[in-house]
Amino acid sequence: MGIEDFLAAIPWEKIIIQTVNGIVTGMILALIASGLTLIFGIMDVVNFAHGELFMLGAYIGVVVMATSGSFWLALVIATLVIALLGAALQITTLRPLLGRDPLTTILATFGLSLVLQNYALWQFGPVARKIQEPFTGYFTLFYLEYPWYRLLIAALSAGIIGAFWLFLKYGKYGVWIRATTQDRVMAQAMGIPVPWVHTGAFAIGAGMAAASGVLFGPLVGVNHAMGVDWILKAFIVVVVGGMGSLGGSIAASIFISLLEAYASIWVSPAQAVIVSFVVLILTLLFRPTGLFVPTPK
Amino acid sequence: MSPDPKPMEPLVALEDVHTYYGKSHILHGVSLHVDRGEVVGLLGRNGVGKSTTLKTIMGLVHPNRGKVLFAGSPVTGLPAHKLARLGIGYVPEDRRIFRLLTVMENLRTGLDRHGVTEARKQELLDKAFAYFPVLAERRNQAGGTLSGGEQQMLAIARAMMLEPKIILLDEPTEGLMPRMVSQIRQIIDVLRRDGVAILLVEQNVPLTLEASERVYIMEKGVVRHHAAASDLKVNDAVIHQYLGV
Amino acid sequence: MSKRSTTVYWTGFSIILALLIVAPLVLPEFWRRFVTEILIWGLLAMSSDILIGYTGMVSFGHSAFFGLGMYGAAAALLMVKPPNLWLAILYGLIGSAAVALFVAYFSTRLRDIYFAITTLIFSQIFYVIIFTWTEVTGGENGLSFRRPPLAIPGLFSVPFSSETLHWFVLAVVTASYLILRRITQSPFGMVLQSIRENEARTRAIGYAVERYKMVAVMLSGLFAGLAGVLYAIQNRFAAPDFVYFLVSGETVIFNVIGGIGTLVGPIVGAGFFLLLREAFSRFFTEYYLIPVGVIFIAMVIFMPQGLLGFMRRWLNQ
Repeated sequence: MGIEDFLAAIPWEKIIIQTVNGIVTGMILALIASGLTLIFGIMDVVNFAHGELFMLGAYIGVVVMATSGSFWLALVIATLVIALLGAALQITTLRPLLGRDPLTTILATFGLSLVLQNYALWQFGPVARKIQEPFTGYFTLFYLEYPWYRLLIAALSAGIIGAFWLFLKYGKYGVWIRATTQDRVMAQAMGIPVPWVHTGAFAIGAGMAAASGVLFGPLVGVNHAMGVDWILKAFIVVVVGGMGSLGGSIAASIFISLLEAYASIWVSPAQAVIVSFVVLILTLLFRPTGLFVPTPK
Repeated sequence: MSPDPKPMEPLVALEDVHTYYGKSHILHGVSLHVDRGEVVGLLGRNGVGKSTTLKTIMGLVHPNRGKVLFAGSPVTGLPAHKLARLGIGYVPEDRRIFRLLTVMENLRTGLDRHGVTEARKQELLDKAFAYFPVLAERRNQAGGTLSGGEQQMLAIARAMMLEPKIILLDEPTEGLMPRMVSQIRQIIDVLRRDGVAILLVEQNVPLTLEASERVYIMEKGVVRHHAAASDLKVNDAVIHQYLGV
Repeated sequence: MSKRSTTVYWTGFSIILALLIVAPLVLPEFWRRFVTEILIWGLLAMSSDILIGYTGMVSFGHSAFFGLGMYGAAAALLMVKPPNLWLAILYGLIGSAAVALFVAYFSTRLRDIYFAITTLIFSQIFYVIIFTWTEVTGGENGLSFRRPPLAIPGLFSVPFSSETLHWFVLAVVTASYLILRRITQSPFGMVLQSIRENEARTRAIGYAVERYKMVAVMLSGLFAGLAGVLYAIQNRFAAPDFVYFLVSGETVIFNVIGGIGTLVGPIVGAGFFLLLREAFSRFFTEYYLIPVGVIFIAMVIFMPQGLLGFMRRWLNQ
């Protein structure tokens, strides 16, 4: 078998299609993981309920769309409402735990995720809902009719992350967040109201999760358990990308999503998730501080 | 806004303060005060509780017993960020500048407060750069790339951005070359000229005696001796007794 | 332990044991099974307490140990005829030991939160494998099999009745409790607790902390697997649902509610949770987890030592 036969045997079309798919999924995952990383980096809280914030964002999207018919309105309202919910949750359940064993926050947020999931089940029932895409429209990618909407998701997610990054770097409160993340104690000594910075950061993370929920909604059905798969992937991404590293989380999201997309050319999607598990194990074995983080001296 | 203290009232006062770290009883009833515009020294061997005293004033640790007063009003138990805004600046041991933020951003953390106009912010920045020209040169560099002495200057400049009425200095000359030590000495004078009170914790006894008006000496979590600096310069037996210097 | 305390402790122990022995004779069938289930989940939670309460490692991986114990027993009961109780236990323990070894190897180098997340992900790995490997594990539908008789080969063989099964489970759980209690009070147990208090200091004194952690994980995994075997025998089926990380989460809930570091606390916690669930599902049908979840969060915030936490010192003497 010559080179030409070998090259011909590689399913180029499928690979390119899956590259696009991988990037789309990767950007959504990046948006979710960024919020998780922000929350962890600034207050050492592993937010188990993050997937549920994603899920509730999608449901609010459903409700707003049903009443107003506007996708964009749904996106904005869901983000704001869940950001507020996030702030409320942080104030009631996480602030009292400040200064205690960090594992108590895992337990508290785990409890929250159970409550929120079942609340959604109670309010909306077990049948999946649908969010309509803001526009239908396809372009032809090889033998597929590929929806423009998917590319929009990737672009919007990238846009939101980019805006967030700019806010962190140049915004007034962005400096507060960065200072608090680096040294909570000295931030307080400089007059930065750290408890409120924590609340604000949690709200931002929650809002980002909600936005991903609305963006992702049209791709799959919206149901009460949709957050669970994403939270596990997001955890893997955060560990592989380096806990607390925003850039690492984004890179890891795209990396893992691409690998999974390629894997699903040959195996079923349910089995393709094993790819992310393998990446995690390899990372833990060889680069436990994170694949995309420079090894500490 | 805190009211100006009546002339009789100290700016900062600790009354019989007991502070614990977990189960360790660190401060066993510390009482001291600093008046407006005064430079007061705090001496003692390692581990007697000098840093803990500063942290208690700053609200970074809270006393189990006793009171902390600022401008006559009790502030015991207030969180540190409120005390910073009331006018207490803190320069900790090992500096603790924000390593990943630039010099400018470090300074900015102290500037973003209520009621500070853009013009005033610029004035404060200009003042900082005038006192510390090297910081002006490195204004866009990350704090972690600065040398030890430069970081010390940044830490002090950062505290100055709060327009504090008192600055708590914890071992500012530790690990610095003699040239930098005298620079710190000059900064203390400049701050005093500006009417800023200073509570200076130091291992460098001669510097402390020169710069301060009064000195407290601590041992095992209590204040054991209190005298004017001029007295101690003459009668240094006390220094030998408590510090073994 | 003072003489008086010892007497009080063992008296209390005997009374509770007596109550549990008598239970199947006086309770209706439903509640009989309920008590047996509490014991099984209690054993699982107790095994988790070794890690959480004594070594200071929060693990979300217990569903994997439990599940593999369950599937191991299933394998024995399906592959070897006639179904043999002891073989089921053996296979189950081997299964969970293998998983525990895997988890121990990777996770014990990680601290705190990383360990918790990694064990969570590992339990999901096993879930996915079991769920998708339909030929071997029955996939989504799981495996069902016959309950083995209580038998000593060559001597006697008598099928389990509801009562005798309960007593068997009670015997296993009681023995496990006594063994684990002995272990936590031994020098080994003291080292574990020292690791929980201050890992750096323990290491500085010279203990090979990683090895102790690995043994703790293996120990924990074995008893969790044993719980899985008991569950399989009682219910006669094995399903992937039990390997899902939610089971790990519920285990941790039992621990926290009951009081970590007490060994019996988790059993009480299991009982409390299951009773709450029974009670709430009468009123709230499927959404019982909402009030139960709220109670759990409230306990984490306001009563972190759990129901039996106040007795912790006393129980550990």
